Amino acid sequence: MWSFHKWFERHSLLLLIGILVVVSIGGIVQIAPLFFIDSTIERVEGVRPYTPLELAGREVYIQEGCYLCHSQMIRPLRDEVERYGHYSLAAESMYDHPFQWGSKRTGPDLARVGGRYSDEWHRAHLVDPRSVVPESVMPPYAFLAHQDLDVRHMDEHLRVNRLLRVPYSDDQIAHANADAVAQATPDGDGAAGFAQRYPNVAMRDFDGDPAHVTKMDALIAYLQMLGAGVNFSTYHADAPENQR
Amino acid sequence: MPEAAGEKWRADVVGIFFIIAVGACLALMGAAWGIDTPFQAQMWTMLAAFILGGAALLSQIAKPPVADKASRYENGVIKAGVFASMFWGVAGLLVGLIIALQLAFPNIFYFPDFGWLNFGRLRPLHTSAVIFAFGGNVLIATSFYVVQRTCRARLAGGLWPWLVFWGYQLFIVLAGTGYLMGITEGREYAEPPWYTDLWLTIVWVVYLLVFLGTIWKRQEKHIYVANWFYLAFIVTIAMLHIVNNLAIPVDFAGSFSYSLFSGVQDALTQWWYGHNAVGFFLTAGFLAIMYYFIPKRAERPVYSYRLSIIHFWALIFLYIWAGPHHLHYTALPQWAQTLGMTFSLMLWMPSWGGMINGLMTLSGAWDKLRTDPVLRMLVVSVAFYGMSTFEGPMMSIRAVNSLSHYTDWTIGHVHSGALGWVGFVSFGALYCLVPWLWKRQRLFSIALVDWHFWLATIGIVLYITSMWVAGIMQGLMWRAYNEFGFLEYSFVETVQAMHPYYIIRALGGGLYLAGALIMAYNLWRTARGDAPALERASDVPAAGVLAAAE
Repeated sequence: MWSFHKWFERHSLLLLIGILVVVSIGGIVQIAPLFFIDSTIERVEGVRPYTPLELAGREVYIQEGCYLCHSQMIRPLRDEVERYGHYSLAAESMYDHPFQWGSKRTGPDLARVGGRYSDEWHRAHLVDPRSVVPESVMPPYAFLAHQDLDVRHMDEHLRVNRLLRVPYSDDQIAHANADAVAQATPDGDGAAGFAQRYPNVAMRDFDGDPAHVTKMDALIAYLQMLGAGVNFSTYHADAPENQR
Repeated sequence: MPEAAGEKWRADVVGIFFIIAVGACLALMGAAWGIDTPFQAQMWTMLAAFILGGAALLSQIAKPPVADKASRYENGVIKAGVFASMFWGVAGLLVGLIIALQLAFPNIFYFPDFGWLNFGRLRPLHTSAVIFAFGGNVLIATSFYVVQRTCRARLAGGLWPWLVFWGYQLFIVLAGTGYLMGITEGREYAEPPWYTDLWLTIVWVVYLLVFLGTIWKRQEKHIYVANWFYLAFIVTIAMLHIVNNLAIPVDFAGSFSYSLFSGVQDALTQWWYGHNAVGFFLTAGFLAIMYYFIPKRAERPVYSYRLSIIHFWALIFLYIWAGPHHLHYTALPQWAQTLGMTFSLMLWMPSWGGMINGLMTLSGAWDKLRTDPVLRMLVVSVAFYGMSTFEGPMMSIRAVNSLSHYTDWTIGHVHSGALGWVGFVSFGALYCLVPWLWKRQRLFSIALVDWHFWLATIGIVLYITSMWVAGIMQGLMWRAYNEFGFLEYSFVETVQAMHPYYIIRALGGGLYLAGALIMAYNLWRTARGDAPALERASDVPAAGVLAAAE
């Protein structure tokens, strides 16, 4: 029965095609359905696209490799739910290109860190982690407070996201660059327009330096909105439509 | 492909020149119009590389390379690959040691004003350097060596293999310097930005064609089993790389891009890639090394032909399904998690099929382990392969994973595979290759190989045992409750408890690095000619390898 294998051993293209077919099956069966099965992502209220400043903060989060030590995925286990809050839903990362669920917790999960600490705490912690948590092994990020945020291309960021089906309006794209500044400058001219385009979104000077909009502003704005969106008083995890 | 030197317009030279010229133009445009400094720096790097490459190519035209008269095979590019492997291996291990020390002594090894030395930037540098730079160079060099010998044909493509070699080094330099400047796609083990990904795609397609082209020229009827594994590695990595890196750049003159998929779909795509980077880069490719170098070194045939057929097809079929075990208890639908776990458990069997085939090849030659530390290294690597491919399926069980996930147990598991299996099988292959390529009777020093073996083995044991203890402790502390029904420990108490284990881990890593440095010295002395020369000029390794120890 082994002689059939000589076909593969004597014809490199047969071997090549055989390999391709065999390694394609798993991915096709596992990944493709996730795009078509409706129940993959729950229908929930409260998940919104990132504001330009938050999106820029998310870019800082990615660039600094935060995902290598912090997860953003709370598992439905008793201790995790008690430590971090309601377990994470698929809907909560549906606008995340790429996802940042992480794979390692050298530091704690950040999926619901938004609103847990004050801006001042985040600032002090990012500048010198061991000044507020002496046992921490986190690197210091003081330099973020000195680097002005480059907001010249935020409209391009939003446009690419809309191409990927994140629902940004024309208005939001047109004002993206100014809105990134406006969110961190609550007394500025752009504040009213920002509040209209992004209702109920926090607008304040996140890094305590009103003269500059820095990478620190962006990162803290991002951290402070993490996981705070979904209204869990109206979400019923046990409802049949939410069972997967 | 004409191979005669002196022919003026060879297809390979024209083709490579075309790629270099187009690449240089694009890099120049990127450097001129780049929207941020890091991107411009990357484009200048690229431009410099292409100019150097073009100059080297022109010098090749002016002065055709002297054919390697001592051998019917192309050896130059393999020699270069041996150097590159050793260089990147030491560099990658060094960065690993630094980040281990950062976690053990954060007050000493972090610099508030140098963000580019932070853990988050160095960690991708470490993983990419050891996996893609060290591992990749070992795979490319050994595949070029093995495919020529097992097909009895000279490497196809004239100068194209050199494009593969230098193009791959450029990929590494672009990726590594990019990480330090904060250029990343934020996906583990797939961090290089879109333009670096595109460049790697070009290099990889050329690699596939050179490899296939050599097989097409073969003078053997059958394609040897090692080449099945190399081919599966090359083809599948191409598929994984392309699909997982689908992204839209924010600006074609900038480095940042947004991945095509989001959230749950993106997560499974990434771990389909991530786990199969393990399965096809770090397993299939290195099994190919096992299938050539162990029989060769032990001077015994492969144990079972039928087992190699079964375990080859079963391994590549099952591996692809295993990705979801990285996403247990997450927002990934449970049916996908269950599929991933089931296939991960099944994967245990073909993995051990490979281990058995490797170990049993030693039948009748076990005594050589006493006298030949190189063979010992190869065999111990297969033992580590067996151990980590048992541990992996066990950790993929949902209940076990609920404890192990997010902890340093995973880090320990990865390193038993990386240091024990991938590292040792690579070291064994390099120890074989250097005397064979440079035509030396034996290595410069067998005693130094022994030192390397024991330092590295003790290093691995310290590393993985400390991470087992630390990881399981961490997982148990996270879920510990006190008598009143409250969580017993705050998160930072679990961080504090890790401290001694982080020190032991760094010590283990340091020993492993010391072993690699000894190896680099030994190989250098061997290549330089401080070892006895081979008496007859032939590519067949002499049995004299063992003579010195006897």
